[in-house]
Amino acid sequence: MLKISQSEYDAIRQHGEETYPHECCGVLLGRTDDHVRLVSRSVRCGNTRSDSPHNRYHIAPQELVRIQSQARAAGVEIVGFYHSHPDHPARWSQTDLEEAHWIGCSYIITSVERGQAKITNSFLLVGEREEDKRFEDEAVSVAAEVARFANGSSRQAESSNNID
Amino acid sequence: MKIIIPTPLRQYASKKDAVEVHAFTVKDALAELTNTHPDLKKHLYTDDGKLRAFVNLYLNDEDVRYLSDKENTRVKESDHLSIIPSIAGGKADFAKSQNRKIEF
Repeated sequence: MLKISQSEYDAIRQHGEETYPHECCGVLLGRTDDHVRLVSRSVRCGNTRSDSPHNRYHIAPQELVRIQSQARAAGVEIVGFYHSHPDHPARWSQTDLEEAHWIGCSYIITSVERGQAKITNSFLLVGEREEDKRFEDEAVSVAAEVARFANGSSRQAESSNNID
Repeated sequence: MKIIIPTPLRQYASKKDAVEVHAFTVKDALAELTNTHPDLKKHLYTDDGKLRAFVNLYLNDEDVRYLSDKENTRVKESDHLSIIPSIAGGKADFAKSQNRKIEF
């Protein structure tokens, strides 16, 4: 399961609307607690696929190095990523699977139809190694406040359950 | 020097987010890392011993592939070597996807 705050959930969807008709992309920071990924913050990234931004995304490794460094300093870790599918369903594509390598992390996809964010789904990349990796549907819980427990403090009451 | 381990590989590195090694070059550092944590090897290298194409290595802020000596680059105790699997994808080839249901 992935737990994310309403504000970060909204920010991810808004990012997809802002970059439409191109794909947006970003990183999810937080921590994993008993197989639940708790997202405390999302970080917007640039899509370096300027040759085909309407149907491809790529985050510069140097940007990931910087984000990973800042996350370590803040006591959180990279727990997943997000991107958008302009005028396409919020389901993973073969390209998404082939180019996903962070096993155990969440991959959020938001469909953006004519500039409006529609469906947001999450998929967990599972497997033992690159050769047997696969995506599994992952439940998403949007909470009123996730940041505090994602940073190790007391859990907050959740206002809603699955989104889809 | 310190090797920064990405989230998915920490389970193969005693759950550490960073591993301290004593090495002269990037290549030595990786060898020490995989000797100490052998389960990492199959995740970093192909069966024929080549670094997997999606694994990026950054020595501080520099992509090791673009350093003149590449993995033979000398390192200092204060250096950080980051292992960063690539992040990419997109809706391209969606028609070939394995998805069971379509929502839109």
